[in-house]
Amino acid sequence: MTESNPAAAVRVAEAPADRARRFAWNPGLVIGLGMLAVVAVAAVIAPLVFGTQATGVGTDPGQASSAAHPLGTDTLGRDMLARTLVATQSTVLMALFATVLSSVVGIAFGIFVWLAPRRLRELGLRLIEFAVSYPTMLVAIIVAAILGQGVVQVVVAVAVANIAGFARLTANLAAKISASEYVTTARLMGVPVHRLALRHVLPNMAEPILILIAGAFSGALVEISGLSFIGLGAQTPAFDWGTLLNDGLSRIAVNPIVIAGPAVALTFTSLAALMVGDGLAAAANPRSNSTRARLVRAEGEPAVVTIEGDDTVLIADGITVKHGSTGRPLVSDVSFTIRRGEVLGIVGESGSGKSLTASVVARLLGEGLEASARRLELGGTDLLGRVSGRTLASKIGLVYQDPGTALNPALVLGTQLSDVLTIRLGFSRRGALGLLARAFEAVKLSDPEGRLRQHPHQLSGGMKQRAMIASAMSTKPDLLIADEPTTALDVTVQREVLSLLKRMNEQSGTAVLFISHDLGVVRALCDRVLVMKDGRIVERIDDVATLSEDTVEHPYTKQLLAATPTVAVKVPAPTPGEARS
Amino acid sequence: MSEVSEVMVDVRGLDVSFGSARVLRGVDLRLERGRTVGIVGESGSGKSTLAKVLVGTVRAASGTATVDGVDIVAADRRAMRAYRRRAQMIPQDPYSSLSPRRTIAQTLAEAIDPVRGRVATHEQLIGEWLVRVGLTPEMMHRFPHEFSGGQRQRIAIARGLIIDPHLVIADEITSALDVSVQVQILDLLAGIKDSLGVTMMFISHNLAVVQRVSDDVVVLYQGEVVEAGPVEQVYADPQHWYTRRLLDADPGAPGFSLAS
Repeated sequence: MTESNPAAAVRVAEAPADRARRFAWNPGLVIGLGMLAVVAVAAVIAPLVFGTQATGVGTDPGQASSAAHPLGTDTLGRDMLARTLVATQSTVLMALFATVLSSVVGIAFGIFVWLAPRRLRELGLRLIEFAVSYPTMLVAIIVAAILGQGVVQVVVAVAVANIAGFARLTANLAAKISASEYVTTARLMGVPVHRLALRHVLPNMAEPILILIAGAFSGALVEISGLSFIGLGAQTPAFDWGTLLNDGLSRIAVNPIVIAGPAVALTFTSLAALMVGDGLAAAANPRSNSTRARLVRAEGEPAVVTIEGDDTVLIADGITVKHGSTGRPLVSDVSFTIRRGEVLGIVGESGSGKSLTASVVARLLGEGLEASARRLELGGTDLLGRVSGRTLASKIGLVYQDPGTALNPALVLGTQLSDVLTIRLGFSRRGALGLLARAFEAVKLSDPEGRLRQHPHQLSGGMKQRAMIASAMSTKPDLLIADEPTTALDVTVQREVLSLLKRMNEQSGTAVLFISHDLGVVRALCDRVLVMKDGRIVERIDDVATLSEDTVEHPYTKQLLAATPTVAVKVPAPTPGEARS
Repeated sequence: MSEVSEVMVDVRGLDVSFGSARVLRGVDLRLERGRTVGIVGESGSGKSTLAKVLVGTVRAASGTATVDGVDIVAADRRAMRAYRRRAQMIPQDPYSSLSPRRTIAQTLAEAIDPVRGRVATHEQLIGEWLVRVGLTPEMMHRFPHEFSGGQRQRIAIARGLIIDPHLVIADEITSALDVSVQVQILDLLAGIKDSLGVTMMFISHNLAVVQRVSDDVVVLYQGEVVEAGPVEQVYADPQHWYTRRLLDADPGAPGFSLAS
């Protein structure tokens, strides 16, 4: 360690990641929780307030709705509103116990399956799959039939029926989490396996489990009521919503109002639990609340002046991107042009806005973002107005970072890469495949006809990326956007792909927008370079050939150049007497 | 230890197969105590598998591997458990190598004491290490998402080194980081490594990065060692065609161009 204060330097260079997890409250969740709170209050207070009214035999049996008895009375003259409210406690408690029991046992079983030796684990997983394949209600009825009538029996029956669901989710999540690097590392450190489960596996599955619990509670409520309804649950004089429904059923033709209370209460509570579950799921998914991306025209003095009749292909003037809900600027007033046959590089580090800028040009902005530009024209087409998919497809070609994920593993190359030609550009299937085969030939893929019938896994990473470039170039686009196209590739393969890009550019005259973090790569490929930092262009480099720390102006560019690792090759001084060639 | 061998890693004729695929073929590797060896190679070269053999998660089919006096090919479970504490791996991806639900202090305490892992007992040491990797002790109660990628990698380095291992294996630890952060992490690691006198194996696909931290370099190609020697010598006068090809293709190499 040096004596200087490294922490200070760190803070400048590494802004803390803006990924703080804020809990995303949403209306469904708030309403659901509010409804559950109402149910909870009723469950606690109703038996104290309406207890005697609900159980004491009244004087007016079998009444319809009246001022004294809004929901009527049953055959013994008991007020149905009071009975419904009082039954909240027993019903909700039963559902709650069933949910707790099934979740505890299910999660424990899921974890046990994950901890078990291989054979036992396989057996456990098959068992879970087998159990999950049966409808929970059916299992609950069978178990209740075996156990007999009674509150405890019904709770146990519903719990047993729901165990498999929890066990399956837990085992699946545990398998995924235990494959993560932090669990692997902890295991290597010598952390005992049961502590791995407690410290790492369980806490990291909290969100999906919570969502499942909310859903399971709603299900348990209905299942328990169902079992009580058919007479397996609460026995007289005890009552819950299910028994109230049963009591009312025989009189439904005479006095239909009496089933309204338990029916509404059951629906209300079940709905509340489901809304909480959905709300939690939405809160756990950061994309759920985002809005569609927008791209609008901005007013203002143009920063780009073009001369009529020159060979400029792309004019981007004042591209600005903001985070939709927070308004945080991500790209600020970025302007540039690309001429025909030119390769323009954008370099920058993560968060510089280089990929966002490219996505605005391609009109592929992510959800929840708002973009504007004073002018955005590609080959004479105004990209800020209405642009047909066909125009976009024929004018812009895209090559992504990871050819492994950009291709669909289930489809042969010919099918997926010719889509754009057949769907957008109206080629016949045969014509598209012929064109693609010639494009494959141009990128020097061996046996182009045969490659069309191959699946992605039959090609190496470099070959896949060449196929992607071939496909992107097959529409003869005005502009090829390549976003870190070689970052996922080995260096020797990277060189081949970069050489290919350069050759395609030289032969076809297609302009290229090349996004990269690597100045070494950009230097070798690009004619001009923009350096971006924090959403702004900090430097424009027109003479890439002589690029060095002395020729650039901005301190950030200098810093970037200094940080880019270079291979130093010092030929060692020859030892005396030994001749080196 | 009464006799401290000068050789930290002595691997001879190491073969590893996954099914019918031979991932390592007859690998020889000798690493002296306190030195850093860079392992370079492309995907499928077997460099990560070699690392996994040395930390004891992959078993070799044949050959010998003596690390820190332990024959890890023949060692039983008990011996391996003790050995694993002395050979630490710093993982590649700082975003997935720290548990999102545990504070930095909890993660580091677990490294110190895997069974109990109580923070209170080790607060002093954890604080010292956070300073050592360029953070501050006050940060120990924060969660991983409150840190940048570079800061997380600093924490991962602290976790790997806090238990005073004899061998540290850094597996592509800067490939997920921005270039300006990369240099800081490399220099930090090299500095700590020197002050502790620990032996290091530095795995990377990036020749320039390897050169910055390593004394020696081993070039792996399809599971075989094709060239080994001091970094300066190998880079200046590569003997094997594959080494030359790697050097040619590296964008950081002098005269890198796309002609041909």
